[in-house]
Amino acid sequence: MSGGVDSAVAAARARDAGHDVTGVHLALARNPQTFRTGARGCCTLEDSRDARRAADVIGIPFYVWDMAEEFHDSVVDDFVNEYAAGRTPNPCLRCNEKIKFAAVLDRAVALGFDAVVTGHHARLGADGLLRRSVDLPKDQSYVLAVLTRSQLERAVFPLGDSTKEQVRAEAAERGLAVADKPDSHDICFISDGDTRGFLERRLGSAPGDIVDGRSGEKLGTHNGAYGFTIGQRKGLDLRVPAADGRPRYVLSITPVTNTVTVGPREDLEVDVVTAERPIWHEISSDVSCEVQLRAHGEVVAASVSVTEDGLTARLESPARGVAAGQAIVAYRPDPGGDIVLGSATITAGTRAPADVANA
Amino acid sequence: MVLIFAVGRLGGAPGGGPKLKVMAYLDHAATTPMLPAALDAYVAAAREVGNPSSLHAAGRGARRLVEESRERIAAALSARPSEVIFTGGGTESDNLAVKGIFWARRAAQPARARVVASAVEHHAVLDAVDWLGRQEGAAVASLPVDGAGRVAPETLAEMIDEYRDELAVISVQWANNEVGTVQPIAELARIAAEAGVPFHTDAVQAVGQIPVDFAASGVAALTVTGHKVGGPVGVGALLLGREVPCTPLLHGGGQERDVRSGTLDTPGVVAFATAVEAAVKTREEYATRLAALRDELVERVRAAVPDAIFNGSVADRLPGNAHFSFPGCEGDALLLLLDAQGVYCSTGSACSAGVAQPSHVLLAMGADDARSRSSLRFTLGHDSTTADVDALLAALPGAVERARRAGAWKTPR
Repeated sequence: MSGGVDSAVAAARARDAGHDVTGVHLALARNPQTFRTGARGCCTLEDSRDARRAADVIGIPFYVWDMAEEFHDSVVDDFVNEYAAGRTPNPCLRCNEKIKFAAVLDRAVALGFDAVVTGHHARLGADGLLRRSVDLPKDQSYVLAVLTRSQLERAVFPLGDSTKEQVRAEAAERGLAVADKPDSHDICFISDGDTRGFLERRLGSAPGDIVDGRSGEKLGTHNGAYGFTIGQRKGLDLRVPAADGRPRYVLSITPVTNTVTVGPREDLEVDVVTAERPIWHEISSDVSCEVQLRAHGEVVAASVSVTEDGLTARLESPARGVAAGQAIVAYRPDPGGDIVLGSATITAGTRAPADVANA
Repeated sequence: MVLIFAVGRLGGAPGGGPKLKVMAYLDHAATTPMLPAALDAYVAAAREVGNPSSLHAAGRGARRLVEESRERIAAALSARPSEVIFTGGGTESDNLAVKGIFWARRAAQPARARVVASAVEHHAVLDAVDWLGRQEGAAVASLPVDGAGRVAPETLAEMIDEYRDELAVISVQWANNEVGTVQPIAELARIAAEAGVPFHTDAVQAVGQIPVDFAASGVAALTVTGHKVGGPVGVGALLLGREVPCTPLLHGGGQERDVRSGTLDTPGVVAFATAVEAAVKTREEYATRLAALRDELVERVRAAVPDAIFNGSVADRLPGNAHFSFPGCEGDALLLLLDAQGVYCSTGSACSAGVAQPSHVLLAMGADDARSRSSLRFTLGHDSTTADVDALLAALPGAVERARRAGAWKTPR
């Protein structure tokens, strides 16, 4: 229980369903004072108190589990290392994969529990299929698609059939004080929301060049390539305006030369996405489906083929801002909630040669 | 996205045990139930109006109850009534003794700016000393303990030789709250007195368990609290020798020899005195019964979990305390599993945001991090019976087995 409204209602529903439920709050900071303070977070002492009060109201036992070391090793270090390697990680996804449905689940099962219930907005029905939430803007299936079959078998998501609004209303009816607590949006371990500053403190300042992707011309300098994400437009601070006056975007990051390459929006477009470490639930390894390339990102129709080590998606229309390190999640549209077919970690987005010739 | 959790068990209680819980309260060192006589005394006094500082008949009535209580506590602990300073409990008494005596001594002699405390003190002393070091420029020295958690008198003697004219105050607890080790207080106090250094002892865990005689012990100040002896929470006392200088923490109406201002909690004080008196009066018989029950618990735990490590001293120990490390287990996992079976105990260590920290007491005794984290404290009290030990033993073997499996995932790190 994070101390937020979703996990509180999820716990209450699990209890109402007749399960013997125990509330667990994760202490993820090595020093609880260093993580974000205030009502926005999920890892502060205040959040821990909110979770405890929710558990009291629901009438379930409550404990805090210290997962700070595991979280630091699997999520925070991974986050820093991925940026250092020029990729764009998703720490929430990593936390689901390595902490909530791994370290926590393993410990819980060893202690005699059967499943981990979370307040994620996603559906997981009797058919074992992971589907999008009915509340599409709040859908979190993207950050859960990394879960394996055996992890999903021990997961319960009681909120998938409800909108966030319904969850909040139910929390209020149940007398849960967290009913109107604001959603958390930012990365929980970056207290001030300044990701670039956080990375600079971890990785040190590493000045390098910002160059034009077409001409190779040096347009400016940066203090660390890790501070950039593919598709980023703001914060480039370029002194040389583009010849056509149009905005420029980050096209690629090359850690070896510490170079950030920029260019016009159309140069961001890719129609072939390759990815590694696939988790694949579908029987067929060649499917026509939809793919989502970042959290809350657009959905594109694609042909996906999967092997043991990788996944390739040919997009029917180009996508922009495809960053290595993010997940590609494949969905099959379904009236009962789009079904997650599988996911993988993006290694590259490229233009198919024919498209490049036509451009 | 939001972070999460509820761990569910689909039907049944963890451990597969019966739904009907047998409650076994084995955490008396945290707080012990109020004695019926103390509760009755509290309720009776709480019905009356009157501020003990008021001059009219109602005030005089309240004052009389307070002063009678002071005399009862003084008699029970061999102090003079004027040496009893009522406070809000153990933490306040410890802070008052450590900070107050430090401030007063340094004000009189600026060279006396060093505070000495044992490494196994309760945080109420440890953190007060730490604060003096950080905020008040105090020099701080820690008295090491042996493997049983005991301070050797010669260690204190050596420290006094080293810092003689710098010493402001020395604090060593009478008995440890985690492992129950009883310190050689009279000997330590004598060494301190010979050097002219005020000696404070936190006797919160000792009163009612082992003989505590303020006058005979030779200590300058002694902490006692209500809720460890069958009185209410939120009331305690500092026994403070008449001649011991002490600067107040709280300023105001000048109550309690001007050392502790604040309206006296008449019902709390009356109930506290009732509990202290009863606990001291019945102590010998109580301690004999409790030690026998504790020995039974220890023997049965050892039989059920042969590799359990018994922590602390065998001889110099509180009668109601049993403390073990269970190799391969996380203490908090064991606590959760026992809790689910209605068996209430403690990891014995301080919590930070609900997260068990490795016990500073066990670390000071030379235990490694794993042994510190794998510990559980079982403490008995006046309502403990063999049935409590039965309930513990019914739940413990299964809990240890489960906690070992759960501990396995942490081992590789």
